[in-house]
Amino acid sequence: MNPTITLSFTLNGRPQRVDVSPNRTLLDLLREEIGLTGTKRGCDVGECGACTVLLDGRAVNSCLVLAPQVAGREVVTVEGLAPLGTLAPLQEAFIHHGAVQCGFCTPGMLMSAKDLLDHSARPPEREIREAIAGNLCRCTGYQQIVEAIEDAARRTHEAR
Amino acid sequence: MDAKKNSIIGNSERRVDAWGKVTGSAKFAADYSLPHQLYGKVLRSGHPHARIVSIDVRQAANLDGVAAVLTANDIPGSRVFGIVVKNQEILAGEKVRYMGDGVALVAASSVEIAEAALGIIDVVYEPLPVVSDPEYAMKEEAPRVHPEGNVFVHHKVRKGNIEKGFASADFVIERTFRTQFVEHSAIEPEAVLAEPAEHGGVRITGSIQNLFSSRRSVAAALNLDLNRVQLVQATLGGSFGGKDEVMTSMCCRAALLVRATGRPVKMVNSREESMLESYKRHPYVMHYRWGARKNGAITAMEIRCIADGGAYASMSPFVTWRSVVQATGPYACENVKTDVYAVYTNNNYTGAMRGFGSPQVNFAIESMMDELGERVGMNPLEVRLRNCFHRGSVTATGQKLDHEVSLREVLQKAADGIGFPEKWKRFREADGGMHRKGVGLACSYRGVSLGAEGADAAEAVVSVQTDGSVIVSSGVTDMGQGAGTQMSQIVAGVFGIPVGKVLFLNTDTNRVADSGPTVASRGTIVGGAAAKNAAEIVRATLLDVAAEMAGTSPRELAMEGGFVVRSADGTRLASFGEVAAECFEKGRPMHGIGWHRSPKTTWDAATGQGDAYFTFVYGANAAEVVVDTETGKVDVVDFVSVHDVGRAINSDAVRGQMIGGVAMGLGYGLLEEFILEEGVPAQLNFDEYLIPTSMDVPPVTTIIVENEDPAGPFGAKSVGEPTNEIAAPAIVNAIFNATEKRITELPANLERVRLGHALRRPGPRGSALKDDGQSLPDLSCKIRPEKL
Repeated sequence: MNPTITLSFTLNGRPQRVDVSPNRTLLDLLREEIGLTGTKRGCDVGECGACTVLLDGRAVNSCLVLAPQVAGREVVTVEGLAPLGTLAPLQEAFIHHGAVQCGFCTPGMLMSAKDLLDHSARPPEREIREAIAGNLCRCTGYQQIVEAIEDAARRTHEAR
Repeated sequence: MDAKKNSIIGNSERRVDAWGKVTGSAKFAADYSLPHQLYGKVLRSGHPHARIVSIDVRQAANLDGVAAVLTANDIPGSRVFGIVVKNQEILAGEKVRYMGDGVALVAASSVEIAEAALGIIDVVYEPLPVVSDPEYAMKEEAPRVHPEGNVFVHHKVRKGNIEKGFASADFVIERTFRTQFVEHSAIEPEAVLAEPAEHGGVRITGSIQNLFSSRRSVAAALNLDLNRVQLVQATLGGSFGGKDEVMTSMCCRAALLVRATGRPVKMVNSREESMLESYKRHPYVMHYRWGARKNGAITAMEIRCIADGGAYASMSPFVTWRSVVQATGPYACENVKTDVYAVYTNNNYTGAMRGFGSPQVNFAIESMMDELGERVGMNPLEVRLRNCFHRGSVTATGQKLDHEVSLREVLQKAADGIGFPEKWKRFREADGGMHRKGVGLACSYRGVSLGAEGADAAEAVVSVQTDGSVIVSSGVTDMGQGAGTQMSQIVAGVFGIPVGKVLFLNTDTNRVADSGPTVASRGTIVGGAAAKNAAEIVRATLLDVAAEMAGTSPRELAMEGGFVVRSADGTRLASFGEVAAECFEKGRPMHGIGWHRSPKTTWDAATGQGDAYFTFVYGANAAEVVVDTETGKVDVVDFVSVHDVGRAINSDAVRGQMIGGVAMGLGYGLLEEFILEEGVPAQLNFDEYLIPTSMDVPPVTTIIVENEDPAGPFGAKSVGEPTNEIAAPAIVNAIFNATEKRITELPANLERVRLGHALRRPGPRGSALKDDGQSLPDLSCKIRPEKL
């Protein structure tokens, strides 16, 4: 067993202190140590995108981030999108447009989409497709996901 | 009840499970944990074919943190399982038959310790000759995978007189088509959490598609009564047919470790383990020979298909049966001789995958149809319209189609949607150039549900609570396709209440009756019908009670908008909840058990004649592609998918099935190939096995055609699989329109489009290197044509 280190970072807006073995990934840390299972493990090699979270506001594959790398930084997971139970516009749009089928890719898909919409107000379809190109979905064929992201962008833009 | 008046049926109601899935609270199998749980891991064979000389587990068993190490000898009951042929071993005892076979199990306090223990189990193998080519496997001299010989299925269809048919032909078209192994690629890998049950036995929560068949195998392996084995379905992260036998073996293994340790055991496959062990879609070799006349009529079809069944029988007998029934496509022909074989090899075993024996034959049929058009000077639409079934047609198996056969309608709508035949003619006459455009068409008919495969019945239980909320449980599972939403909608429709008032419970083997497998696109048509029956039983009681409350007859009453109303003028008499409460006060039953059995089907195995399926669905796809003739890259730029679904219970869900089916079909046509080299997989993760991304799938125009079928609830039929079975031939036909090159092997990847054959690099590649750092690939990239 590796000796553990104590890690401090911000998780979904709250300060977090946790002891972790330094060879664990951020995905291991979230799922196995902290018990936040919304973030999914699909391939462990950074190909499927199911483990996507935001690290300092940008989408990353948490299976490719070593836990110690998040020290002092900010991590947002799918559980952080609606902390008080009120769905974010993206989540609403995913439900409304039928963008969810089995739901296994959904958390990662939402986080990639959030990164996009946080940095680009009204992205064209091409940009949306590029933003989620690292998130594999076997159920939907992506179209309803793209429509949901377009709609969320429109709603967010109009609300501003 | 009158479905037309029902506003809930046909609506794009939100998925009942969507909230949990967008907030991260939905619990998939790997999200479950228990205190003091152990982690189970499997030692897999490492040889495609070998005799096990000895297994020494002593060192592994002594490792700190290891709670149990098991081999085949530790199985108290049946060591084998299988739905049709019981010859698949939970753990290999005498020999291994493919790379994914398990030989030993470890339960340890961490995954790391379990993996370390696997590394020190000493297995001595005596390698046996490997048979990996199904055509060679059929020969007498080929090595045998099982003692009874390699050919384990031969289905036939015989109609008319094939010699006369060819004699009356003006010409003959003969082609051989080949398809590839395909990985289901559900994004969720297999997982279970097994625990000792309170009253003896075992309880397993997992990503299990067909809980009842998996339960039978666990009970047999542990010598337990069925009622002591409880399987509960976790939210399932996609299956597409892929979480059947592979889950049965995982359930058996986890249960054995629970039995040995008395502690909860969690087993989760890594992607590599999943791809190594799991079964795939069958590769087919298909010899098609058609006799035809100059006017485009088909006088004879002689068809011979060989399916690579891999190491175990799995669903091959049923998969190939669908192929033999549908091998002629939806086209009239008086003289048919079809033979479909399944053979054992030392490749990954093959089984159920969305389409179930139809994507392969449809690729051949629809390619042949375009060839026929070429020969007689008809465009692809004309030649199909000329030959396709209509109401009253008799299929190759002698079945008269006495329902609305909407092939002409779906074909015309697909053609209109893409601009056929105008574009087809224009692209055909265009002058070369580097980027060439093409359009292609394909259509199909598909037998609904299981057909003559076996008993086709399902149960649902509907329980109304005293506040008017409703719980539905069903033996038919929701794998992500939305069966739970459709069943909730059907029940809400019967009660005239909002879907939000209905809760659908994931399947639990100990709370509902064995309802057969959720396969063959039977979720809505069979499971939905059972749910409707169950709800109607409770509805009758509730209306009785309401009639007593209002001093009228139940015949005068209806349920709508959350109320019991007077049918004549719509006056609201009581809310649904008030009637439910009154029903409880009066001691009347508030639950209903619905059972639905599909109409009878018939089959004569000797002649291949019979009413194979109780009804059929019809669909057509049209694709537009741009082919880069320098690289062979094919971009699908437009796609139209048309399906007659009888009636759409939830049009958003139907649309989701249609687009998702096209995406998977596009992967089948252009990208995906699980390559095995002498039984050794060449790719084990998504860095090497490529499935379509958001950049590969074009916007898909979906057209839902509704010809209600009396066989289904509210007229609904099925949609899950038909959407996936004709995208590849539509794309390949479009490539022909663009390049005049006929692709006869899938996938139509760069090499096949550009060069006409596949390329292979010698030596292990990608993930194979992880286990064997010594043998680096020859990076000079010597290429040799695929030896097909």
